[in-house]
Amino acid sequence: MANCSSCPDHADCGPPELDTRGFDGVVALAGNPNTGKSTVFNALTGLRQHTGNWPGKTVTRAEGGFKFKNRRYKLVDLPGTYSLLSTSQDEEIARDFILFGQPDCTIVVTDATCLERNLNLVLQVLEISDRVVVCVNLIDEAKRKGIAIDASALSDDLGVPVVATAARAWKGLKELTQTVVDLIDGKIKTAPKRAFGDGAFQDAVTELIPLIDEVAPDLPNARWVAMRLLDGDHRVRQALQSGDLARLAARTRGPIEQASPLIALGGTQ
Amino acid sequence: MTDGRSNQAAAQLVLARADALRGNLADDFRDDLVEATYDEAQAIAERAVRQVRAPRWNLDLAVDRLVTSRIFGLPLMLVLLAAVFWLTVAGANYPSALLMKVLFAVEAWGSALFESWSIPWWITGFIWHGVFRAVAWVVGVMLPPMAIFFPCFTILEDLGYLPRVAFNMDWLFRKAGAHGKQSLTMSMGFGCNAAGIIACRVIDSPRERLIAILTNNFVPCNGRFPTLILLASIFVAARFSPGLASFAAAGTVVGVVLIGVFFTLIVSAALSRTVLKGEASAFTLELPPYRRPDILRVLYTSLIDRTVFVLARAVAVAAPAGAVIWILGNVTADGVPLARHVADFFDPLGRTIGLDGVILLAYVIAIPANEIVVPTMLMVYMGGKIMTEDVTGTSLESLLVDDNGWTMLTAVNLMLFSLLHNPCATTILTMWKETRSYRWTALGALLPLVIAFAVTFTVAEFARLFGAG
Repeated sequence: MANCSSCPDHADCGPPELDTRGFDGVVALAGNPNTGKSTVFNALTGLRQHTGNWPGKTVTRAEGGFKFKNRRYKLVDLPGTYSLLSTSQDEEIARDFILFGQPDCTIVVTDATCLERNLNLVLQVLEISDRVVVCVNLIDEAKRKGIAIDASALSDDLGVPVVATAARAWKGLKELTQTVVDLIDGKIKTAPKRAFGDGAFQDAVTELIPLIDEVAPDLPNARWVAMRLLDGDHRVRQALQSGDLARLAARTRGPIEQASPLIALGGTQ
Repeated sequence: MTDGRSNQAAAQLVLARADALRGNLADDFRDDLVEATYDEAQAIAERAVRQVRAPRWNLDLAVDRLVTSRIFGLPLMLVLLAAVFWLTVAGANYPSALLMKVLFAVEAWGSALFESWSIPWWITGFIWHGVFRAVAWVVGVMLPPMAIFFPCFTILEDLGYLPRVAFNMDWLFRKAGAHGKQSLTMSMGFGCNAAGIIACRVIDSPRERLIAILTNNFVPCNGRFPTLILLASIFVAARFSPGLASFAAAGTVVGVVLIGVFFTLIVSAALSRTVLKGEASAFTLELPPYRRPDILRVLYTSLIDRTVFVLARAVAVAAPAGAVIWILGNVTADGVPLARHVADFFDPLGRTIGLDGVILLAYVIAIPANEIVVPTMLMVYMGGKIMTEDVTGTSLESLLVDDNGWTMLTAVNLMLFSLLHNPCATTILTMWKETRSYRWTALGALLPLVIAFAVTFTVAEFARLFGAG
């Protein structure tokens, strides 16, 4: 570990294990690249993670904490991704964390100026987790471009809370934290938008879930794994076969960074 | 695990069932699934998003037409690069000289104080002329350029210019069989090659990511800029009138960077046609909207996160290096300092490639960090002498040219060697961490070294052929 502390990237690499001691909850920040995730992260934590205006700035997982009404929450900034299906390492880190890191809440940061494109990722995250808050960021930029967002309509459609923010100008952040905390406390109930595909696909998913539960009992989302298996996702297959999936799931809030190469190496690329 | 076998069997069962079920599904169920997600996203967005007023004249688009244009894109990029280097060279000149003057005055004052306390000479020498002097050199040579370069670079980054660079350079990298996002990772390499190599994670394809990792070293990092700037100032700028000097120096540094880009492309192409065969993969790169950089954040990021961070690392390496250099310079064997023995050992090899033994010794000592190349070199050249006067200009030139026989060839080859030689220890370690392969790490460390020797040797041979050097 001596090498780790002397490495120049020690600061952005963080400890291999997610240390949740002293925290009352874990919140993950996901979103498309360049939607201002790191800005939201900095605004909430008071940290100064470097933000740069180019997609893919955050390639590692950054961690920080924030306090709300005397309770402390750990905030994990995930790399920006367009989807959770693809093969690159940054998408892997994000998807593994949402899947296996079992965050108490996942904030999906979206860009108000191109919401439609961002909603793809939101829908994918909703497939994995039901503890989701959607943050429509850059609302000020959208306003300048003459775009108005109906947050409550969006919330009704998605089945999860939606908060509009302008993180650069510190707007809407309090409401965002309040919503996240309410969701963690169970004061807000969610009913995420799910279930695409025709009947045959849904039947297949339903049939696989109990089988998967048997192999990996602690898996937080067998449904998603079933969908990935039907889709022929090589890495999910390999992870299930090698027992990595079961092992990972058994470790609540386990070492995600170590999990990632395990799955990545097993896959055919 | 005792139940490992049964679990594995159960997993096989799940997979078999999944395969069977997939067989029952319609052939294009995957496309349907993806399409369903897209349709859903579109439907939801249609309900939630309203264009309340026509967008104003789009400045972003107008700027992008110019910045990414076929004709103006690349020249504009070169102009911006040259402007940043010119600001760095011209702006750092005076503060650097002043800082050195102050720091060397502190050295003189400190050693005099120690002498007045009758502390043994070797303690005074070790602390003040060894450790302190090396740290003073590193701070004096590095701090001012970094304090200018990093904010400039961060402004361009926050503005959203880097993806446009990637856009402009894409066709070049595609021709080399590499990924267009490699220019993003190269841009990060200007700050620190280790950071550049970590940034290679944005490249999806393992093959192209490896190419980017292996060639990142050909971008001169901040530890190497001071060497380039110093040589450009002494050997190139001095030949121009004072008004043009800083432009000439900046132009030289841009030239060196372009040679680095050239080698990046050549080596990428060579790799993608030999050990890393394959076609360049297609990708979409989002050009983000231009955003006004937040000046406070730019200053914080560039000065605290980058400048102080890099400087602290350099100082941490410089202090022990200074101790080693002092010992090498003051412990004698057969009446000659050890440093001379080692330098003499390296000298024949150094001369062959147009350098000398001291320079190679400096590169060996500087394996942990490139920042200490110049300080090491100068400290060995100076021996016991104390420099108190103008330490960046004429007296430095006379030390190199008159006392140690440097020529234009030495300067040119040292710039080339600095650009092309092996990455520093931190970068090599990062390569290993990112690839988890000793083979690729070794290639990434040795390939540049071989290229550096080959290129400097060729240049030296040509120079000798034409009677120079």
